Amino acid sequence: MTRLSALIARETALAWGRGGGPLVSVGFYAGVATLMPLAIGPEAQRLAAVAAGVAWVALALASLLSLERLFERDYEDGALDLLALSPVPLELTCAAKCLGQWLATGAPLALAAPVAALGLGAKVALAPMIFACALLGGLAFAFLGGIGAALSLGARRGGLLTAVIVLPLFVPPVIFGGGALDALGAGLPWKAGFALLGAYAAAAVALGPLAMAAACRNALS
Amino acid sequence: MIGQLDLEGVAIRRGARRLFASVSLALRAGEACALTGPNGVGKTSLLRAVAGLVALEAGGIGFGGTDPAQARAEGLHFQGYQDGLKPARTAREELVFWSRWSGADAAWAAGAAETLALEPLLDLEIRRLSAGQRRRLALARLLAAPRPLWLLDEPLSPLDATWRSRFGEIMRRHLDGGGLILAAVHDPLPVAARALELAA
Repeated sequence: MTRLSALIARETALAWGRGGGPLVSVGFYAGVATLMPLAIGPEAQRLAAVAAGVAWVALALASLLSLERLFERDYEDGALDLLALSPVPLELTCAAKCLGQWLATGAPLALAAPVAALGLGAKVALAPMIFACALLGGLAFAFLGGIGAALSLGARRGGLLTAVIVLPLFVPPVIFGGGALDALGAGLPWKAGFALLGAYAAAAVALGPLAMAAACRNALS
Repeated sequence: MIGQLDLEGVAIRRGARRLFASVSLALRAGEACALTGPNGVGKTSLLRAVAGLVALEAGGIGFGGTDPAQARAEGLHFQGYQDGLKPARTAREELVFWSRWSGADAAWAAGAAETLALEPLLDLEIRRLSAGQRRRLALARLLAAPRPLWLLDEPLSPLDATWRSRFGEIMRRHLDGGGLILAAVHDPLPVAARALELAA
């Protein structure tokens, strides 16, 4: 337990340092909220209609930002060897890395997402749902992203490879979360979409570490 | 826990190339072995194979009856040619983390820092440390959590003459306490050691 808590603290600090933290996420969403009206026109009605969806897609893309280096740095400097040689199963180690990534990057983004959506004119009633979707979706994105990051270990231009591997895996949660937000905005039943998002996140948390650990072992051998 | 290390007819293949065909070694408690050979012959791969990171093509590695998975998780220290330290973190953060990760308590970590004269460096970022200072910080792991088998890959190369001889003393103490050392080196080890020369 000491080992795992020490690891989660280290991973959170490292993720914070490589592009997590509140400033980065606020800056990112400030960019989205500023550029969106310029790109699709300033009519308030049109913006309000897409606000929640835009915030949601921006979250998926933002979680790709620092993913490339989730395993890469530890792999390059030899730390991954030492993390693998431990009584802690490598699966748990990988899960702790993703959890750190989520705490440092996903959680601040989830806090910023509803603010950006409100800025674009989303209904106030949608804000809690946007936050909940972003929090849950961010968890799925972190664990799915970890799979891509682990699989592209040692590859040249690993960041590009990570994105190519991960984007198809991001499709279902984007659809479920977007569907739930859409339905809530239109006053339709939204619970199914939200439950599917939760189920997908749970599956990513449960199965992702198995794939990551296998990919890491392969890269180290 | 680990009283001996036995390599029997170990062969390792990297891609299409077979590094060596049959390497055998029987190392007993209190013994050190210097692993030598030209660059690229497979010294690092052999150390990684003992640590369980690289698969064998043939042969076997035994830890004197200890379950290999347990021996690798809790019975050995692996010091690669890299130090595994993050440039942006302070020496203290890294020492504390790696000590906890090895299962050491704070008192052991402090003792290791004292032995390796790390106290004046602890508040510096790793990027400010010289290669030799980084290596000393990495070697503190070996002392923070006592484990019988040390696998060392070029442990001395960045160290100056003073620290080479001091690390020799540290190794001697480890061997006197029943430890085992397998070290890949180009220069002679500063302790009495058997030799295992790898040839292609």
